Amino acid sequence: MLSVQDLNITFTLYGRGLAQKQLTVITQLDLDVKAGEVVAVVGASGSGKSLLAHAILGILPDNAQVSGKMLFKGEPLTLNRCQDLRGKAIALIPQSIGYLDPLMHVGQQVQRTAQLSGLSRPAAKAAVDRTFARYRLAAIVQRLYPFQLSGGMARRVLVSTAVVSQAELVIADEPTPGLHPDVVTETLNHLRELASEGKGVILITHDIEAALQIADRVAVFYAGTTVEIAHAQDFSNNKIRHPYTQALWRSLPQNEFIPISGSQPTPDALPDGCLFSDRCPWVTQECRLDRPPFLQVRGAPVRCIHADR
Amino acid sequence: MQLGIAAFILRKLLRLALLLIAVAIFSFVLISLSPIDPIDAYVGADMLQISPEQRDIIAQRWGLDQPMMTRFILWLRQLASGNLGTSIIFNQPVSTVIGSRFQTSLQMLAIAWLISGALGLAMGVVAGARAGSWLDRAIRFYAYTLAASPTFWVALLLLLVFSVSLKITPICCATPPGVLTRDVTVWQRLHHLILPAATLSLIGVANIALHTRQKLIEVLNSDYVLFARAQGESLVGIIRHHGLRNIILPALTLQFASLSELFGGSVLAEQVFSYPGLGKATVEAALRSDVPLLVGIVFFSALFVYTGNLIADLTYQIVDPRIRIGKSS
Repeated sequence: MLSVQDLNITFTLYGRGLAQKQLTVITQLDLDVKAGEVVAVVGASGSGKSLLAHAILGILPDNAQVSGKMLFKGEPLTLNRCQDLRGKAIALIPQSIGYLDPLMHVGQQVQRTAQLSGLSRPAAKAAVDRTFARYRLAAIVQRLYPFQLSGGMARRVLVSTAVVSQAELVIADEPTPGLHPDVVTETLNHLRELASEGKGVILITHDIEAALQIADRVAVFYAGTTVEIAHAQDFSNNKIRHPYTQALWRSLPQNEFIPISGSQPTPDALPDGCLFSDRCPWVTQECRLDRPPFLQVRGAPVRCIHADR
Repeated sequence: MQLGIAAFILRKLLRLALLLIAVAIFSFVLISLSPIDPIDAYVGADMLQISPEQRDIIAQRWGLDQPMMTRFILWLRQLASGNLGTSIIFNQPVSTVIGSRFQTSLQMLAIAWLISGALGLAMGVVAGARAGSWLDRAIRFYAYTLAASPTFWVALLLLLVFSVSLKITPICCATPPGVLTRDVTVWQRLHHLILPAATLSLIGVANIALHTRQKLIEVLNSDYVLFARAQGESLVGIIRHHGLRNIILPALTLQFASLSELFGGSVLAEQVFSYPGLGKATVEAALRSDVPLLVGIVFFSALFVYTGNLIADLTYQIVDPRIRIGKSS
């Protein structure tokens, strides 16, 4: 349904006076999502997860230049097509209640979402009623303001915005930050349900455990690039390929609980070769020369020349 | 919630009482210490014709031989019973003078207030929505220039252009000279208040436009507008559904708080246009040492400005759901 190949995003920044500075924040990023599938996008903050979402929706700031290939249902996703598709075929589930207008009843806001997706006013109203009922949100919730919602209610309202729009591709940007474990599970189940209905779901998160609960595949981002797109079962089967993915996995409390030393390079100080080379235990001279291409190793793509060892 | 607002109003009234007491003390002390001699001011040009003995009798009659503290308490007692005294230059009770003068000013103030509010909001929205464009630059240039211009200068400029050169507006006053008050038509009144009202509007617009612009830019950079864009909302849709909703509260507050500036501006504008409103009465009272009238106007303007700010505070309590509902629950 969605395929992103070799995506690069560069920001033009103004330094002192008229000096311009180019800052490449996403390099060689790849991702693909099929209908009925949940693809988790995992990575530390600053790895380019949210920027990818904004690029797909065409809502990057004006000083951003995008290159590479983005295809939606086989057709190139140009800025114009983004504008036509967002809110209709592609929907975003935002991080927090801060993404709702603080002075508007939530029912009215979700109804606006439905109308923007192309429904008439009565149809949109019906869609809101139906969706709120589906997520066990009482009718009275429609007349509440965002600040009056509890954490769990807020999650369900935000998921409702994606459901009323009938979108085929749903991008959930960090939908479970700092939530009670029950609410996390509930929200993740709602996303899984959407995939079962035939939608493609991108789950953007830094929480690899949460991702593995529902994802079919996991794309691991590092410093603005995709290092690996693994199958969810690869993690428990010890089949993950990239040294960064393995390090992430090992750092979990229930595994070895070993943190990775060092930190992700900032966009203005990227290494010339493999982006992970300065922290990698397997690093060789060869790694420092070129950015590694995607290689198929044990049935999935990985950006590491030593992955098959 | 009802209780909350009642308590709020009670607290505000208490503050108003304290404010008025402070104003009373300050104006009394300042005027007592000022070089204005109340007997000189009262007698005026006839000063040469009265003897020092007669002078003393007047002073005794008025209680000017009493110590300042006693005079203050006596004056305060009169004030508390609602007696502001008699205006020397108009020879009428101060409350009557203020009442009729304020009525004349009110039409002009109301028109200036509404126009500057509506126009300022519209200009601010356009500038904010198109931030960085030439339209935005033009509006900002206008706003900064006007915000920096003295009121009397703008008034003089308008007078020069429209009354002296183009001769389409009257040169002074609130009514045509030589016409009895009862014969003055509504159109003639409007014709005379165009320029003073325009002066105050032109200047009032600047502040409101700049604030609205800033607030709208803030709203347009918010997370909820990003989400609205992700849902396919257009710029016009964003301003209609989210922009106006979120800028109207600060705009309302600003609008009521601007009453004080408007009032201050009217003193200068009325002077230039010889518009017989409260602002002009203030200047006359000060120049001709009409102490009772001056004190009366000080009280009235304190009350007027305070009411404006009170309404500004109240709108937040009533209109913003985060305060209205958030407090009760």
